[in-house]
Amino acid sequence: MASLELVNIRKRYGELDILQGIDISVDAGELLVLVGPSGCGKSTLLNMIAGLDTVSAGEIRIGGRRVNDLHPSERDIAMVFQSYALYPNMSVKENIAFGMEMRKVPKPEREQAVKEVSRTLQIDHLLDRRPAQLSGGQRQRVAMGRALVRKPRIFLFDEPLSNLDAQLRVDMRTEIKKLHQRLGATIVYVTHDQIEAMTLATRIAVMRAGELQQLGSPAEIYNRPANTFVAGFMGSPRMNLIPGTLKNEGSGSYLEVAADGAGPARILLPHVPDATRGYLGREITAGLRPEAISDKLDGGGSGNRPVIEATVEVTEPTGPDILAVLLLGGREITARLRPDSTLKAGERGRFAIDLSKLVWFDPSTGARVA
Amino acid sequence: MAQKWDSPQMVRGTSAHWSRFIIYGLLLFFAAIYMLPLVVMLLTSVKPLPEIYSGSIIALPHEWTLKPWIDAWGETCVGLSCHGIKGYFWNSTKMTVAAVIISTAIGMLNGYVLTKWRFKGADLLFGLILFGCFIPFQIVLIPMATLLGKLGIASSTPGLVLVHVIYGLAFTTLYFRNYYVAFPDELIRAAMIDGAKFFSIFFRILVPNSAPIVVVTVIWQFTNIWNDFLFGASFSTGESAPMTVALNNVVNTSTGEREYNVHMAAAVIAALPTLLVYIVGGRYFVRGLMTGSVKG
Amino acid sequence: MESSISSAPAAWSAASRWLQRSLPKLVLSPTLIASLIFVYGFILWTTYLSFTPSKGYPIHELVGFLQYVRVWNHPRWQVAIHNLAVFGILYVVLCMVLGLLLAILLDQRIRQEGALRAIYLYPLALSFIVTGTAWKWMLNPGLGIEKLVQGWGFQNFKFDWIVSEEMAIYCVVMAGVWQATGFVMAMFLAGLRGIDQDLVKAASLDGASLPRIYWRIIIPQLRPVFMGALIILGHLAIKSYELVVALTGGGPGYATELPSTFMYTHTFTRNQLGMGAASAVMMLLTIVAIMVPYLYSEMRGARKRSH
Repeated sequence: MASLELVNIRKRYGELDILQGIDISVDAGELLVLVGPSGCGKSTLLNMIAGLDTVSAGEIRIGGRRVNDLHPSERDIAMVFQSYALYPNMSVKENIAFGMEMRKVPKPEREQAVKEVSRTLQIDHLLDRRPAQLSGGQRQRVAMGRALVRKPRIFLFDEPLSNLDAQLRVDMRTEIKKLHQRLGATIVYVTHDQIEAMTLATRIAVMRAGELQQLGSPAEIYNRPANTFVAGFMGSPRMNLIPGTLKNEGSGSYLEVAADGAGPARILLPHVPDATRGYLGREITAGLRPEAISDKLDGGGSGNRPVIEATVEVTEPTGPDILAVLLLGGREITARLRPDSTLKAGERGRFAIDLSKLVWFDPSTGARVA
Repeated sequence: MAQKWDSPQMVRGTSAHWSRFIIYGLLLFFAAIYMLPLVVMLLTSVKPLPEIYSGSIIALPHEWTLKPWIDAWGETCVGLSCHGIKGYFWNSTKMTVAAVIISTAIGMLNGYVLTKWRFKGADLLFGLILFGCFIPFQIVLIPMATLLGKLGIASSTPGLVLVHVIYGLAFTTLYFRNYYVAFPDELIRAAMIDGAKFFSIFFRILVPNSAPIVVVTVIWQFTNIWNDFLFGASFSTGESAPMTVALNNVVNTSTGEREYNVHMAAAVIAALPTLLVYIVGGRYFVRGLMTGSVKG
Repeated sequence: MESSISSAPAAWSAASRWLQRSLPKLVLSPTLIASLIFVYGFILWTTYLSFTPSKGYPIHELVGFLQYVRVWNHPRWQVAIHNLAVFGILYVVLCMVLGLLLAILLDQRIRQEGALRAIYLYPLALSFIVTGTAWKWMLNPGLGIEKLVQGWGFQNFKFDWIVSEEMAIYCVVMAGVWQATGFVMAMFLAGLRGIDQDLVKAASLDGASLPRIYWRIIIPQLRPVFMGALIILGHLAIKSYELVVALTGGGPGYATELPSTFMYTHTFTRNQLGMGAASAVMMLLTIVAIMVPYLYSEMRGARKRSH
């Protein structure tokens, strides 16, 4: 039995469809991340799971039980908010214990639970302080403590790291991941930050304009995105989407890239996947991540690592490598070069393409075909 | 609050000194005009009558006397009874305290409902309630007088409390609604998930964090209700009249010699409670003014 | 777009679920009902009375606009309207000018700003009756300011406005302006403090002098404050009642009569309920005439801004 099942969830606001038929099932111990640009409906979906917003159509099941009509406090869930939502007039101890108070849990049990949880999160020295006296990271932990102490079936996280500065965000991300591994908790996590999604999730649900674009593991999402939106949204810098024509000549197949009347460039393809045969002679979009285009030519030139020549437009040293914007057949593509590369803007260079990472998209629908 | 900006200083010559002089001069001049009535009232209230007739209004008394104050409090005639204004002072106190507490409490609940439990038409209802802030109260005097008579509470403190509560609700609701609009919704959501229901959320989360607006509302309501005259004069006569009505009576109905010093003493006594509130809670007083002037 | 947290349905029995959902409306209803009865209902009641020939007691007959005609033809009402115009305009204009002036002065980094502000504002804490009493005393011909200035050597100084039929209304203006200017000053001060400093710095660099900066740049930005102050002052002027009662009692004679005093005397003293009601309705209409255009423009402005 899945911990959480979303069956054909729809949400309508007057004339507006906010969510259009979402189907997701989450197993125990999974960390599902709902990710997408603002307005995609991820927060609305989370609020509906929590019971803070009504369901227009469809069913939400927690632990096999239909919860559409249940009050939030009865759904066996706990939530951590973006602003932590700690009660300012109560101490940390009282904040954590508030839910238990509402459920009339006797005092000794409450104190015991608070003690355990605060030790796990290392906030036991802060129990008597007020939220205003805590740092951002400490408040985050208190918010998690309040959620943990309920021992719910599902934890809901609503962009919990958005309010933290960059360094703290990275640290807290690791903490959440460690907590997840230690407790084996089932978590639904909302964020707009695709890096958080990739690093934390066991599975990612990419959403856009109320529709589920793809549901899969981080590797699947990264390497085999379902459409051009997912390809462009996940991963930074974004995947190169190269429109071109798939051609077949006696010597073999290739992708011809020619934009704005620039001299055509060819990427030689030893073989084309069956699914793309229908595109021979037609336009198609190739997807290649920057790391699949590099200046390491060893073993290149043949078979799965064809070599191309392109002009360097801009180089951006990042430390571990150099991002280079190349002009290929009139199209700009980004490549990852070795950190010690000496190529400069305006120079021509030779680059190897790792075809095993190549994905193909239909140019009109954006869906991945191979 | 925007930080104080440097009035364009740049390079200023001697003209700078002159303009500072004029600025301070003007400010002090106006300050003197503003203080004048209060000073005059105080001075007059401690002079014996002959001095009032012979001296000027801002002359310091040769002979200080507190008799006018004692007279005002306990002996001067208000209408037909001559027991001073103390009875009316207590009337005002009872009326004001009760009306402030009730109207504030209800206003708090209203603000809570209107901002955190939005239902269809809530904004329209708020607008309807808000209209009560703008009406000239003359428009309700006749029906209210009739109604109070029918209910048997005309000319009584409870009657006045009822009137002040009813017409104070529009203001208190406005104040709390504007404050709670900015109160984080996530706190309410977290409390709901924690299992708190309507009243638990109100008493455990909202109220403990409402101190500033409660102070502002209480100050504003206290000042308005204590200082009211129209309702007092329309709905209460004789023994149950509030302080303002009694004061007006003392000052304006004169039989025989006008005891100006007693009049002034009575006026100062009438003004003391709200003045004290102003001095102690000045910052909140101003905030109340500003909130009241922000419509919508 | 916010999720409506109130729509979270509760579990348990249908009855308690209904209760939880209706609780907000139940809580709000006493105030709503009070508003319906005591504001709207009473307005209707008074309006109804204004169409009846009621005198000391309500008479339930409809006589059309008879009472309104009687009111308008009444000499006291005509004086009252004239006074309202004079008082209203002077009150509003003087309060705004003085209020703005004081605010600008106070904005010049004055060291005792807090104390001075407190002094300008304290009159608002006073009842109009107290204010009227104090000013009545100061304006007392023979014992007040007149005597003071005469004592300074100006033997022929006369300041008996308060007993002069022509000038008494200006005494009301004086006392009213004294009381309300502080409020306008506070509004303008808040407005001044909200102005973007960078604009002023840019103007200084362009060589503008301080008065010019105020005149050309800062004051035009205060338009919303002007509007707000105008509405509030207009409102206060129309409602002015206690001040006149304490200061002049409507006199001398009825030289300082205002619509509010007219309404009161005709209702409670002269047993002319119908006329009193008619005058009250006209006061309401005047206020509505000011507020409605203002609120309308505010709402349109708000809607425009949110696009």
